[in-house]
This record gives sequence, structure tokens and C-alpha cells, in this order.
Amino acid sequence: MYVYDQYDQAIVDQRVEQFRDQTRRYLAGELTEEQFLPLRLQNGLYVQRLAPMLRIAVPYGLLNTRQARMLAKVSRDYDKGYLHVSTRQNFQLNWPELADVPDILADLASVEMHAIQTSGNCIRNTTTDQFAGVAADELEDPRPYCELIRQWSTLHPEFAFLPRKFKIAVCATAEDRAAIHAHDIGLELVRNDAGEVGFKVLAGGGLGRTPVIGSVVCEWLEKKHLLTYLEAILRVYNQHGRRDNKYKARIKILVKAMGVDAFREAVEAEWAPIKDGANTLTGEAIAHAQSFFTTPEYTSYTDSVETLTNQSANDPIFANWVKRNTCEHRVPGYRAVTISLKPTGIAPGDITAEQLEAIADLADRFSFGELRTTHQQNIVLADVPSSELYTLWQALQKQGLATANIGYLTDMICCPGGDFCSLANAKSIPVAEAIQARFDDLDYLYDLGPIELNISGCMNACGHHHIGHIGILGVDKKGQEFYQVCLGGSQSKDASIGKILGPSFGREDMPDVVGKVLDTYVELRTEEETFLDTYQRVGIDPFKERVYAKPAA
Amino acid sequence: MPSLLRNGQIEQDSWLPPTEALAPGHLATVSQYVEASEKPTAVQIEPGEGIADVLENLDSLELVAVNFPAFMDGRGFSYARELRERGYTGELRAVGAFIRDQLHYLSRCGFNAFQMDGESALEAAKASLNDFSEHYQAAIDKPQPLFKRRAG
Repeated sequence: MYVYDQYDQAIVDQRVEQFRDQTRRYLAGELTEEQFLPLRLQNGLYVQRLAPMLRIAVPYGLLNTRQARMLAKVSRDYDKGYLHVSTRQNFQLNWPELADVPDILADLASVEMHAIQTSGNCIRNTTTDQFAGVAADELEDPRPYCELIRQWSTLHPEFAFLPRKFKIAVCATAEDRAAIHAHDIGLELVRNDAGEVGFKVLAGGGLGRTPVIGSVVCEWLEKKHLLTYLEAILRVYNQHGRRDNKYKARIKILVKAMGVDAFREAVEAEWAPIKDGANTLTGEAIAHAQSFFTTPEYTSYTDSVETLTNQSANDPIFANWVKRNTCEHRVPGYRAVTISLKPTGIAPGDITAEQLEAIADLADRFSFGELRTTHQQNIVLADVPSSELYTLWQALQKQGLATANIGYLTDMICCPGGDFCSLANAKSIPVAEAIQARFDDLDYLYDLGPIELNISGCMNACGHHHIGHIGILGVDKKGQEFYQVCLGGSQSKDASIGKILGPSFGREDMPDVVGKVLDTYVELRTEEETFLDTYQRVGIDPFKERVYAKPAA
Repeated sequence: MPSLLRNGQIEQDSWLPPTEALAPGHLATVSQYVEASEKPTAVQIEPGEGIADVLENLDSLELVAVNFPAFMDGRGFSYARELRERGYTGELRAVGAFIRDQLHYLSRCGFNAFQMDGESALEAAKASLNDFSEHYQAAIDKPQPLFKRRAG
């Protein structure tokens, strides 16, 4: 993974000192609330319902075990001993003291971490596929480009006061595990007709109040132009994005208002004078970034698969976990493991300091000392020898981390909601917990097959409800919490926005409503169909009829 | 007479803000600039204004001011970079509601003068100009990005 040199270290260290002085001036009354707001947000600090919340950046979801242990330590020293994995692959602390934040940031800087631009109207953490570098279906490792974008966007002087937040995602597979269609800019590594790898550039995707699938602004961009082209898009957005209404300020509204062709022309016009300018990537710069994402020293195992087969035969519970929570690796004898942070009764994505330390130990023993966070709020050990899976699984069981539900109904995405977030209209965690409690029969979940259920506590859609196969949105009606359901969303290659089922429901009704949706699917499905397949074939009406049917007298 | 921070020094300045009709000693608005038959040498840009005419006559300008009606309005940052990238070498002045914590970014975008109320504010603001000694991106103050300087 990327390792800081003296330049990177100087930048994060100076950032800590800058924020320390800003915090001091705020507490001394020299900075107003309004002035301090964007400064603290761009250092990851929100002021929430009950306490501040600090969002710590995990660039493209990759961290080493030294960093994981520091996160655990920080959560113990300054918070309540647990953390939360966010849908942007970051970690969040829910209870730090504002005055402690400069010290927390200094501790994080000592392990090459920071909270720069994890919030605010600026370019946020760039995200990618959690299986980058090990996926068998990948065209090229996207992480070197994520790192180049991270450096370019970090403390970018021109784009720190944009109309609204700005999110970039990169993928390198046809399947798209990074939801690039739902980002302000989505980048996909693709080949052109001549066989050269470059970027397909999408702009104007996003969720929130107005969900939009991104439009293609450039079919193929030569790699060296990556940063200048991004700069041109951002410049058009910075100058022309709406600033009069925060709900209409995202780039998706601008692209829609201009039309994608006019938008593309404006980008090309901005790009022309800076194309081939100083920020044009050199072959050396790309090679330098790539040098950090080399293949680890894999062992060539001869008996690995056989060991796994025998262990699986002897222990069906283990075999099931392997089937549900591990996936193919491009190197024979290895598998990528997803550790579920979605056991019943725990807020999705929450992890204790002890659990994180245990995972760090396991990553050191079995996975080259690296771990990854996912936008589905789980943790991945990407390089585990198949023959070590049994030992790993036993250790995970002891930590309550062996829930075998990856990709199934209870592996849901859920924002912190009204329990923590001051923007939320409704709570989301209790809904997630009620659904998990109702559907905790694993055999039933496996029979249902892959289903993505996403919950957001408000229109801002941090829980990605629009792109869940089943999406749940908390709404406020005259001070009461209600929940709207949408069906048929998808985050992958065939990205689509879910359709609203109908009038909203009370919180206590939600497990029943989800049950009726699932029953409808089970009755209508053909043998091979997933939930999404059936939905796409039959449409929303059968689900609507079932859910809103009057009970028989 | 307003005081300002210019090239790192606190100085007095005699330019006056734009008025309804173009008058000597006052900055021109962009529309006054466009309409004038004899081009003024000092102009003030407001966010949202098209500046194609200004960009065409950069050599004849000695002062371009960019107004920040609210400090969260970041359009002025892009105006500055565009002016500098097109070769403007005269004074580029930030006026309005920007705050000292933005000075470092503003100067990286090409501003070399900052009009703020009060000597003490200007004195304190000086420190913020130097918040960072290193940067990743190429910008007006550092024409080479870090990835090129690293290689060198």
C-alpha cells in the first residue's frame, strides 16, 4: 500500500497544527460558529445530536494493521471504545470531545492517517472496489489512480469551497463494485479500440434528494490527462453549480440543467487551455504510484485447496461460512475474506476496539498485514491462504465476527440515522435491528438468495436506499417518524434507482412490510431468479398489491 | 484609505470600490469595463460574471479585484486561477467576506493582495499565508506538482 514520504508527512502534520490553532481560536471566541463550521467539517468534525462525530479518512478503504491498532487506541483513549465503518469506507467516532480533536488528529498523523476532507463542500475520499488488486475480473489495479487522485484532491486550493460535496469513485471491473454510477464523477478503467487502457468518465451521478445515474462525458480518456480533465470538470462545477439552494447544488443538477452535451462542451472548453499543462501525469508519476501496489509474496500452495476441502467436509458450519463470506482470488490457493459487521443486534458497521485489534492480529498472521473497509460497511482480509481459513474462522468466532451473511438480507447498509445524526428525519438503526431480529434464520436467508437492503434516515441517502434492491427511507410527517419503501434499485453495472412502493409505514410495521415483499418474491420467482431478477420481470405491482392488501375480514 | 496585505506586507491603498457610474479612482465593474471605450486599468469581478472581455485585455490592467460576498462562495478561487493561467501579472486582490483561514488557498490560486478590515486582522492573517510549506498540486505559486518535484 502507499507509504508516506517526508512530503506527505509534512502536509498532514502541518494540517494538524493548522486545525489546532483554528480550534483554539474558536474556543477563544476569535472564530465565529459560522466561520469555524467549514474548517471543522473539512477536518472531519461534525457536531451531532448528542456529541461531535469525527470521520477519519481511509483512502480507498485500505489500511495497515498499525493504523487499525491506532484507530482502536484512539477510540479507547478519546471515545467509548468502538468505531463505525461508513459507506465511504471511512471510520467514524461517535463521541469525541471537540477540544480533544487536534490531539486525536496528531495521533492519527503518527500512523499516516488524517481526517482531511471527509466532510464539507470539497472533494471527499475517493473510493474503489474492495477487491482491487486481487479480483480475477479486474482490467488493472485501480488503486494507483485512486492514490494519484487522493494527492491531487488533498488541500486543492481551488476546490475547497464548492457549491456542495463532491465524490469520486474508480472501478476496473465490468461488475462495478464501487457504485461509480452513483457518484459525482465515476471513473472506469476501460480499453479503447486500439487496446490501450484509459478511463471512461461519468459525471453527474448521485443519490440524495434527487437520485441520478451518471452520464458519460468522455468515452475514453488517456491516462496522462486524468488530473487535468478532473480539474476541468471541477472548474465548470465550481463556477456554474447552483449555490442558492443546497438541495440543488450537486453537480447532477448542473449536468441535468445544461444537458450532458452542453456540459461536455463546457468541460472541453475549460480543459483545452490546461490540457498538457503542469498537472499532466508523467509515465514516471504513474509508475511511482503503481510501485506501492505490487503483488505480495504469495506462496505457491500445493495442498491448500485439499486442506480446505477436508476441513469443510468435517465442519458444515465452517463450510457454510467459507461459501458465504469468502470469494475467489486471482492467485490459486488464496481467498479474499469478508468479515461481516452485521451480526443481529449490533448497529450495522459498528466494531469494538477489541474486535478491530483482533482483526489486525489476524491480518498480520494471515493477510500480509493489510485490511480493507467496504462501502457495504464490512471488513475484508484480501489475501488469506485457503489452508488458514479454518484457524482464521475459529478466531473470528471468538470475537463474534463469524456471521455468515455476506450479500444476504441481513448484510444491510444502514446510516447512523436519528440516533446520532442531526440531519436525520428518523432513526434507522432500530429498523435495521428489528429486520435482523425477524429474519435471523440463516437457511431462510440463503434460500432468498442475494438481496441488498439499504436504509437511510433521511433524504441525504447516506444509507444508499435508492440503490438497494429493497430501500428504506426515514421520513418525517408532522413530527412523527415514518418509513418509505422502494424496490428494484441496483448499484452495480446495471445501476438503477428504486421505485417507491407507495405510502409510508410506521416503524413497528417495517419487519412485516419487508416480510410481505419477500413472500411475494418467493411466490413469484422461478428457480434461477434472484430477487432483483423477479422484480425486473414482474414489476412493482404484485408487491404493491400484497403489501397494501386490506386484511381479510 | 483601506489597508491591505500586499505581497506579504501591510500597505495602504487608494483605490475606491466601484460606484454606479465609472469614476476616476474607483474600480470599474465588469459591465462598466465592457462598455467603456477607453478601457479602465482596474476592475472588480463579482461571482457569476462572465469575464471573457477582461481576459482579452490582461496587459492593460494593473488591478483586478475579486469580490467574495460570502466566504463560502468559492467561485473567486477559479477566477483567480483563470486570470493567472491566461498570463495576468498585475495585482490580484481579494475583497469582501473571505476569512484569514482561506488566505493560504487564495494565495495559491494567484491572489497577492487581501483587503481586510483593521491592522490587527491583517497582522494575524499574515501567519495564515504560510500554513503549509508543501503541496501536492501544481498551482499558481508552485507551477510543478509534487509528483514532478519528487521525480527531480
